[in-house]
Amino acid sequence: MGHGRIRAKIRRSSLYTFGCIRPPRESTDEPHQFRGPGYSRQVCCNQPQLHQKKPLKYVSNYISTTKYNVITFLPKALFEQFRRVANVYFLLAAALSLTPVSPFSAYSMIAPLAFVIGLSMAKEAVENWHRFMQDMKVNMRKVNVHNGDGVFSLKPWMNIRVGDVLKVEKDQFFPADLLLLSSSYEDGICYVETMNLDGETNLKVKRSLEATLTLDDDAAFKDFKGTIKCEDPNPNLYAFVGNLEYDRQVFPLDPSQILLRDSKLRNTGHVYGVVIFSGHDSKVMQNATKSPSKRSTIEKQMDKIIYVLFTLLVLISLISSTGFAIKTKTQMPSWWYLQAPDDEGLYDPNNAALSGFYHLVTALILYGYLIPISLYVSIELVKVLQALFINQDIHMYDEETGTPAQARTSNLNEELGMVDTILSDKTGTLTCNQMDFLKCSIAGIPYGMRSSEVELAAASQMAEDLEGHGHDFSRTGGQNGSEIELETVPTPKGESSPSRIKGFSFEDHRLMNGNWSREHDADVHLLFFRVLALCHTAIPELNEETGTYSYEAESPDEGAFLVAAREFGFEFCKRTQSSILVRERHHSYEQPIEREFKLLNLLDFTSKRKRMSVIVQDESGQILLLCKGADSIIFDRLAKNGRVYEEATTKHLNDYGEAGLRTLALAYRKLEESEYSAWNDEFVKAKTAIGGDREAMLERVSDMMERDLILIGATAVEDKLQQGVPQCIDKLAQAGLKLWVLTGDKMETAINIGFSCSLLRQGMKQICITTTADMLNQDSKKAVKENIVMQITNASQMIKLEKDPHAAFALIIDGKMLSYALEDDLKHQFLSLAVACASVICCRVSPKQKAMVTRLVKEGTGKTTLAIGDGANDVGMIQEADIGVGISGVEGMQAVMASDFSIAQFRFLERLLVVHGHWCYKRIAQMICYFFYKNIAFGLTLFYFEAFTGFSGQSVYDDWYMLLFNVVLTSLPVIALGVFEQDVSSEICLQFPALYQQGPRNLFFDWYRIFGWMGNGLYCSLIVFFLNIIIFYDQAFRVGGQTADMTVVGTAMFTCVIYAVNCQIALTMSHFTWIQHFLIGFSIIAWYVFLILYGMLSPELAGNAYKIFVEALAPAPIFWLSTLLVTVACNLPYLAHISFQRSFNPMDHHVIQEIKYYKKDVEDRHMWTRERSKARQETKIGFSARVDAKIRHLRQMLQKKSSVLSPRVALAATQT
Amino acid sequence: MDQKNKNSKKPSYSRFSQQELSAWKPILTPGWVIASFLTIGALFIPVGLVALSASDAVVEIVDRYDEECIPDAYSMDPESFIQNPDIKKTCVRSLRVPKKMVAPIFVYYQLENFYQNHRRFVKSRSDKQLRDPEANNDTYHCFPEARTSDGKPIVPCGLIAWSLFNDTYKLSTRGKPLTINKKGIAWKSDTEVKFGSNVYPKDFQKGGLIGGAKLDEKVPLSEQEDLIVWMRTAALPNFRKLYGKIDTDLEAHETIKAEVENNYNTYKFGGRKKLVLSTTTWIGGKNDFLGVAYITVGGLCLFMAINFILLYVFRPRRLGDPSYLSWNRLPVA
Repeated sequence: MGHGRIRAKIRRSSLYTFGCIRPPRESTDEPHQFRGPGYSRQVCCNQPQLHQKKPLKYVSNYISTTKYNVITFLPKALFEQFRRVANVYFLLAAALSLTPVSPFSAYSMIAPLAFVIGLSMAKEAVENWHRFMQDMKVNMRKVNVHNGDGVFSLKPWMNIRVGDVLKVEKDQFFPADLLLLSSSYEDGICYVETMNLDGETNLKVKRSLEATLTLDDDAAFKDFKGTIKCEDPNPNLYAFVGNLEYDRQVFPLDPSQILLRDSKLRNTGHVYGVVIFSGHDSKVMQNATKSPSKRSTIEKQMDKIIYVLFTLLVLISLISSTGFAIKTKTQMPSWWYLQAPDDEGLYDPNNAALSGFYHLVTALILYGYLIPISLYVSIELVKVLQALFINQDIHMYDEETGTPAQARTSNLNEELGMVDTILSDKTGTLTCNQMDFLKCSIAGIPYGMRSSEVELAAASQMAEDLEGHGHDFSRTGGQNGSEIELETVPTPKGESSPSRIKGFSFEDHRLMNGNWSREHDADVHLLFFRVLALCHTAIPELNEETGTYSYEAESPDEGAFLVAAREFGFEFCKRTQSSILVRERHHSYEQPIEREFKLLNLLDFTSKRKRMSVIVQDESGQILLLCKGADSIIFDRLAKNGRVYEEATTKHLNDYGEAGLRTLALAYRKLEESEYSAWNDEFVKAKTAIGGDREAMLERVSDMMERDLILIGATAVEDKLQQGVPQCIDKLAQAGLKLWVLTGDKMETAINIGFSCSLLRQGMKQICITTTADMLNQDSKKAVKENIVMQITNASQMIKLEKDPHAAFALIIDGKMLSYALEDDLKHQFLSLAVACASVICCRVSPKQKAMVTRLVKEGTGKTTLAIGDGANDVGMIQEADIGVGISGVEGMQAVMASDFSIAQFRFLERLLVVHGHWCYKRIAQMICYFFYKNIAFGLTLFYFEAFTGFSGQSVYDDWYMLLFNVVLTSLPVIALGVFEQDVSSEICLQFPALYQQGPRNLFFDWYRIFGWMGNGLYCSLIVFFLNIIIFYDQAFRVGGQTADMTVVGTAMFTCVIYAVNCQIALTMSHFTWIQHFLIGFSIIAWYVFLILYGMLSPELAGNAYKIFVEALAPAPIFWLSTLLVTVACNLPYLAHISFQRSFNPMDHHVIQEIKYYKKDVEDRHMWTRERSKARQETKIGFSARVDAKIRHLRQMLQKKSSVLSPRVALAATQT
Repeated sequence: MDQKNKNSKKPSYSRFSQQELSAWKPILTPGWVIASFLTIGALFIPVGLVALSASDAVVEIVDRYDEECIPDAYSMDPESFIQNPDIKKTCVRSLRVPKKMVAPIFVYYQLENFYQNHRRFVKSRSDKQLRDPEANNDTYHCFPEARTSDGKPIVPCGLIAWSLFNDTYKLSTRGKPLTINKKGIAWKSDTEVKFGSNVYPKDFQKGGLIGGAKLDEKVPLSEQEDLIVWMRTAALPNFRKLYGKIDTDLEAHETIKAEVENNYNTYKFGGRKKLVLSTTTWIGGKNDFLGVAYITVGGLCLFMAINFILLYVFRPRRLGDPSYLSWNRLPVA
């Protein structure tokens, strides 16, 4: 990697005028005085062996995010399992089953419990193992560590100890928190990318102490020794206090010397550093919070159902034990055949209350079938299988990075189908943090043929809509269609150029290959390119193999400009301390000529100044000030004669802005020698000034120079969105989801991205809540707060008064104001404003604020939130949201590790939610409903029967039947339902995003439906029990004259239950693959097979069930007749209900199923497309909404036009 | 290496893993709905009629005798009568045959309000002991009728066996006795496997309390069919158990003299005793309910089918009509 590159060693600090100047030392030159606790850490640099024993033994650099280890697994995982109320109940029941109170044999209670708990724990173990493997992947990363004697060797991260000296190479992550000693730059600075920590894309500069600058090669560390005394580990990322004792001197340390774990070394060959905090002591790990265990809405609701059932259970147990007590008291003495009382007090008429109490316990166990023990395990199993399908989905596999989607925790699958608000990070999530030079406007002429992604997306949507709306237009107005077609419909040429240059997507032959010199204002063009090539702070790097230069720039925009300049023939190839070399390739020359520009001054870019200038002297001695900056700033500073192109450029800038591009205006100024030197004197004076007003002075002086500019043109750079982001956002919006963008980036950038994602559009009313200049001055908190209250109230008022239903509002708020808005007294007001807005963008927010906003939305609206992000700064938000999604495939793993689902690209979110979420929601909802149904249907028969046995707790079924009921005989079809059911296919889910709303509206798991199913269960239990009882009452049940005993009745009844519930599930399903056919069939056949096998066991095991089927039941026609009768009677009401519902009140998926069933989509393509385009939620974001807005706008224009012709028609039109 | 790693992570395509297995996606079209309701109706009503006629063919004579078989002197205190071993308990009943009864005619005793399904009762038995001569001591579950007071195991042990029904019936018609065949009234598997042919009753009914019938200690359990039938506990407190079979036909209007030995104490718990003679058909004994239920369900289905037909006629919905999609209906709502 390192070879083939030439690195110019220059003192970078001189490139910066005031942004990065070493602060005056005298004020902080004294070492920090530590008092009190919290500052006890001592690090012996380069002597890691000292840290191997106490008291200086610190944690190793091994990190672990696992929940359990080998020893703690059993107790901890068991504890986790028994945190579920139901499991405790089952455990108690199992324990009691060992006593004579139990109505069942002990094994029939313990076996299922052991199975259920075992399975859940196995799942935990597997998940824990995955976590462990992921940790190990990080722990095994290699880094160069000093081994003594100036020799460095590669060691895995986990073996690094405090005090080790490391050498970190370019583009590597820091394995621990380091003190920077020196870098490959002479002045010991290095660039750090902290995107993983705070999401900021700009590189940060760190610089070492001057005292350690000499330690700049491997050998220098042979005898290096020093001691660091500093603060104890803490989570504060932006503070550090410590002293370095080195060379018998004490130096104070501050955060600018600290390299934090998980940030990345950029633009710097290598650095040396000494480990201060390792492993879990490092700041980033200290920031990590234990990932909370999340539960889905459905699961929470299920708990409530469980409580309902518990109540029911207790109620019928009480009824039954009261009944038992009364029977025991009054009647049992006369039941001589029972020989009551017994010795144990279980049947004691003299102490009926006690017997009643014992019986209560019995009853609680007996009716435990109401609460399905297998429910949890089935759900868990189903979710694991669903998660496997998510992982296996080839449509969510990213070819580029080779990462598939991954459901990291499977217990939230169905929550994916209920999401209401998505909170998204920007950089790395929506955008790839790569800028492409796309268009420019020079001398009032726009260049650049290629369209931005936004334009492409809108165009294709428009084309589709035209197809769908076809006759709509012809109805509303004759010329409308042609009017639309006049709109520029750029043809997508995505991958037309084979070798795309990174950062450069410009396509226009007028400027390429030197053709620009034939353009009208060629000299302006020349200046334009020179600004691009000269006005920056980047360093070129020659790749010797290809002979081309690449650039290490502070921000990707700058890189894009340089690449553009290179492609236009102005190759920036060398920077020295005071000059810039550009290789110019003019059309007129054969050979490129190198031109040297003297770099006189560099006025740096800051977010406050919003501009950057260089003052250069060309070979002819002409001094030029070249400036690039935000358009508003530049336009303010134009000279009177510099406004020639202002009007045209403004128009172009607006167009670019609408197309979602990031724009800068370029300008220049010619300077006279004398003018410059006068100014320079002042500048130097300001630069060397000491004291607080130095910066103000510098700014003022720069400002003096950056005046009377002459506008050249503007650039438009596309902040490259990740693939498919606008389309995905559009679809998600159509599915009724709201999208909030929370970014650490600047407001301008955020707004740009808002445009390019179609979260914002022209005509949308932007409500910017931001700090104004005068607010900065009056920093009294109260005033600021009053101001923000006013802003929020005004905005809310404005929205309230808005009459136009199509009006859309966007709320843009910056981090500072957000911190006020999130305070307790304001947050609800803020939230209601935000909810009323179509899109919300929060910029410059800290990771903590991201989490707070997420919590506000989650708790304030009570709806399901999903947070998606890629960096460590998103971890808080990912953990706070109901569902956290991490973008994997990028290098940082924090977000992924904290997330519940990880996908490689934002665009996969659509499929994850709209397809998998929708399916999983419906599957789980139906599955749980069915589960309760089947257990009520079965469990209540036990109760009825018990009432006929004098409430004695006798069950009509054999223990084995009951054991197998949940485990084998009815579990498989319901698992098939939970794993394979599809109401509509995945394509239809995607084509009809409105279907998704069935989830957030919770149509399939509301109480109406739940109680409906419970009622169905009640009905079934009544039918099963009483029909069978009456049929088998006292008469002979077969021609041989034998009457039915308890086993015969029980078996017949159980057969009916098996049939009824399995037929019920067949009615519930709408999607039968061979698996469903097989499993339903299997369940029924398995019952008969079991009966036959069980009947063949020795009678000691089988009891009265010995040969029950072969001998007693199978030859009796009445057995088969009763099965048929009961099955039909049980399912009749449900069948009638769903038939009726489908016929007269069909839901969307019913209609779509029918369309598909009759292949109407093929026959009537027009209808199909029309419905597809209509199947979206009312939304004001996304490019479809943008297209709609445009169409509306055109229509209005048309109406205006026609109103001139005939006012009455127009009046009618506006009224409609 | 890197390339290989990448490939290994790529999900492999299969119709299964992509959830694209071909599937049968039935939907409830009006045709299907009406057809299935009609089919069920058309199937169930005939079945119900056949079942009803089968039930109708059964001739059944039921005679409750528990009250009448108490001498008037004891009518206030039937228990002292039944518990007094010195009083002769025979009582004569006469039964009238309503219709011709074709052999085999089954003789049942019917007990009511007897909780044979009580948990304490049901549990009190030892299947192992009944089968295995070596397992006489296996009386763990038989409590409280497990052992005699001197600790010897009771065979057969348990409350069920102990409370064995002991009324006996002798039938005669026109002065000629009707033989009640007591062989073959139990399930074959019971006599062959569950009850051992070399297990003999031991110390049965020798405890302080005498429950029901005594057993002949010379007859192995497998041949004690009354016991075997009794040991099949009934599901409900009212039950019938097979007493024997009559292998001769009985003509209509014939009178049968039944000599009942009224031994079993149902007076303590207010239970009723009945003697039942019944023929069977393929559905077993008299069972009108099955037929009625079939006809009812079938009728309901027909009714439903008609309803649906009417609804489709008057309020038809074209299947797959997009105007029923929610986004097309919203403005109306």
